[in-house]
Amino acid sequence: MTITVDPAPSGDLVRTVVVVTGESDLLDVRSALRTAAEQVRLRLTATTKLVTAGSELARNILRYATGGQGTVTIEVSTTGAGRGVRAVFADQGPGIADLEEVMRDGFSSGGSLGIGLPGSRRLVDEFTIDSAPGRGTTVVISQWDR
Amino acid sequence: MRMGPDLLVTLQGDLDDRAVEQIEQEITDQVARTSARAVLVDVSGLAVLDSFVARVLARLVSMVRLLGADATLVGISPAVAITLVELGVSLRHVNTALNAEQGMVRLRRLRDGEASRWTSHDDHG
Repeated sequence: MTITVDPAPSGDLVRTVVVVTGESDLLDVRSALRTAAEQVRLRLTATTKLVTAGSELARNILRYATGGQGTVTIEVSTTGAGRGVRAVFADQGPGIADLEEVMRDGFSSGGSLGIGLPGSRRLVDEFTIDSAPGRGTTVVISQWDR
Repeated sequence: MRMGPDLLVTLQGDLDDRAVEQIEQEITDQVARTSARAVLVDVSGLAVLDSFVARVLARLVSMVRLLGADATLVGISPAVAITLVELGVSLRHVNTALNAEQGMVRLRRLRDGEASRWTSHDDHG
């Protein structure tokens, strides 16, 4: 449960890395996302959606990644087009063979409701997933103030 | 005949999955031990209500029902409601109320309805 805060020299980009190795790190991921959302003054509903999506994605790492390990990298952007939070959920797990299948509502390989990935996608403004067997999985989400 | 008490359970803060399941167990035990008739679970102080927490709460409501009590979730904020719907969590089989006060009103109404059914039964019997 290591959190590294690395303020960039320009001061407009702060990166937080949460190393996910156990269930208690779920709380660190949620709290880091909430802090980032507050930093860029996201609205309450946008913040709630972002933190909830992050909670689902971090739990995916715990459930499916090899040894339940991965990293969550959170960045806030306060310049350019607007204010927002971007979070990258990366693991070196077994990867996903059929991305279309797991992005469908109701699909689950882990005995849960199967709403984690498609549900998270609906909660955020931007969602990309990259995965292949043996290569791990990376999910990137962004939430913007609008 | 002694009627059991009403339980009001307030969930607070950010709970990890294990803590959520521990609370589920404790509430169920408490309902059985006290012969509670009604349980109000206030979730307004919860930092996150994601699919896992929602699933455990729905399971808790089912278990409480099997123990002969009615459980009602109260304190779901508009932001959390929007999030749950978009996430795809319906909580369709779970009684909810806006806040603890409304929840009590609802439980009393349920109970009164039940009482009058029993009364009319007695009249016929």
